[in-house]
Amino acid sequence: MAQSTTSKTHAPEATKSVAELKQIAAQVRRDIVRMVHAVNSGHPGGSLGCTELLVSLYFKVMKHTPEPFDMDGIGQDLFFLSNGHISPVFYSVLARSGYFPVSELATFRKLNSRLQGHPATHEHLPGIRIASGSLGQGLSVATGAAQAKKLNGDNSTVFVLMGDGELQEGQIWEAALYAPHHKVDNLIAFVDRNGQQIDGPTDKIGGLGDLRAKFEAFGWRVLETDGNQFETLLPTIEEAQSLLGQGVPVMVLMDTEMGFGIDFMMGSHKWHGVAPNDDQLATALLQLEVEKASDY
Amino acid sequence: MKDFPYTESKDTRSGFGAGLHELGRTNPNVVALCADLIGSLKMDAFVKDFPERFFQVGIAEANMMGLAAGLTIGGKIPFTGTFANFSTGRVYDQIRQSIAYSGKNVKICASHAGLTLGEDGATHQILEDIGLMKMLPHMTVINPCDYNQTKAATLAIADYEGPVYLRFGRPVVPNFTPADQQFEIGKGVMLNEGADVSIFATGHLVWKAILAGKLLADKGINAEIINIHTIKPLDARMILESARKTRCVVTAEEHQMNGGLGDSIAQLLAREEPLPLEMVAVNDSFGESGTPDQLMEKYKLNEAAIVAAVEKVMARRK
Repeated sequence: MAQSTTSKTHAPEATKSVAELKQIAAQVRRDIVRMVHAVNSGHPGGSLGCTELLVSLYFKVMKHTPEPFDMDGIGQDLFFLSNGHISPVFYSVLARSGYFPVSELATFRKLNSRLQGHPATHEHLPGIRIASGSLGQGLSVATGAAQAKKLNGDNSTVFVLMGDGELQEGQIWEAALYAPHHKVDNLIAFVDRNGQQIDGPTDKIGGLGDLRAKFEAFGWRVLETDGNQFETLLPTIEEAQSLLGQGVPVMVLMDTEMGFGIDFMMGSHKWHGVAPNDDQLATALLQLEVEKASDY
Repeated sequence: MKDFPYTESKDTRSGFGAGLHELGRTNPNVVALCADLIGSLKMDAFVKDFPERFFQVGIAEANMMGLAAGLTIGGKIPFTGTFANFSTGRVYDQIRQSIAYSGKNVKICASHAGLTLGEDGATHQILEDIGLMKMLPHMTVINPCDYNQTKAATLAIADYEGPVYLRFGRPVVPNFTPADQQFEIGKGVMLNEGADVSIFATGHLVWKAILAGKLLADKGINAEIINIHTIKPLDARMILESARKTRCVVTAEEHQMNGGLGDSIAQLLAREEPLPLEMVAVNDSFGESGTPDQLMEKYKLNEAAIVAAVEKVMARRK
């Protein structure tokens, strides 16, 4: 977890090994369950399922400068979280990559905290560039940010993550039509395809059907991967990056397991927005082994 | 009663178009987005001369608001253009979360506000937009009265950092604001100093207030007429100063009573200086098809309605 104290810019770290990333992911998962346990609220399921993606982006893939945080992010890769309820994983990864003190994770969802239940810019938490939580808005925002980069002659990349249930929002499809039409080819979007939403399995609530066919029909380049294995996720992100600059945006359909990494939380929508109790937390932490745990 | 000479009548939306075009030349960070209404918003000149800074979004207003929020990240100053109805009610949550709560420097520019859209009817005539926008924390709400003022407001909001709702319309109205008048956000414009009643008007009703002032002068009533082009932040100081002098107030706007300028001024007076107040506004009703003049008459948004309100409020004055 050691962060450089002299330079706060993360260049893409081709040397960071999968073993190291797994250690970071385990620490992030410890943060997630401890954060939601402390306030008996929050969304652990989706957070645990997207841990590999956020760790990959912030610790290996993206070129970004945590400090000083610059809202405009000129020359930096940007990440937008559209499904803002998985704020625990976002906050943990931001803190552990140097945007703000790890100790501040203890304020999550508490009064007067910068770590609001859903991400907000209002409290000026470094690393957050847009409020999210009301679903369906992030793809539009990320597309606008990508177009600003083009106007600025900035050849860095914009990443955005959406939930799969979130794709039931109509605005997503407005943006999905727009980005290929305007050749927004500096944009990589991810869908967290965990197949779950609050009221049950996505297939039963509002089936999304063949997402690859849908996005391809809208004009996107579509890749699919296992989102919980660095060994498959990292090469897929690399492939997505290789497809940039070709006149089309890239969509990565990422199969994940809600609650991944903690056996009793996996594969069910039950842990979408429920915090573990004391015993469950203890059990979870036993499953999240880190060589040198550095819990906040 | 002062005279307000003008050489021509023009639509306020054309003032927006002219201001946006000028910004294209003077401010390289200004970008524009439109939801399939370039001609209606008079954005043609900007589109022609600055195509690389124009984004045609199509009929997808929710996406437009999100795109605009995103474009600010990287230093752009986005101006969105569509009808007032589709600029507010249709996209309220997008504005709320991605623009207002996120503190983004987006200028929401809304044409065809109010009844004067005319024949299209109530689906397109929004009378709730000022209320919707002024309720949002951080949102500035501006409703200029004529071509010159709308152009000046368009230029001014580009220099202001923060989300703005700029409301204008379709019909031609006398263009009496001096072309060189500086637009100051949040500052009322004194049009006629008077002692008997304070008339606070906004948007298209400002000219109607001037017409009413002349009719009142013929009756020996000396009306103070102030153009409140910025509903939020409200020029509380100027409003209170005038009200304390005249001891009675009339508000006039092309909007619902609920949530409009009159509502804001009523709140202010109730807190600071309780005085009789009458509102010239639409009373809890949708609009309908008709010519703009017919509608303004039917819904009592004209000089006759203002005169009647003045007589009523003066009778209530203690």
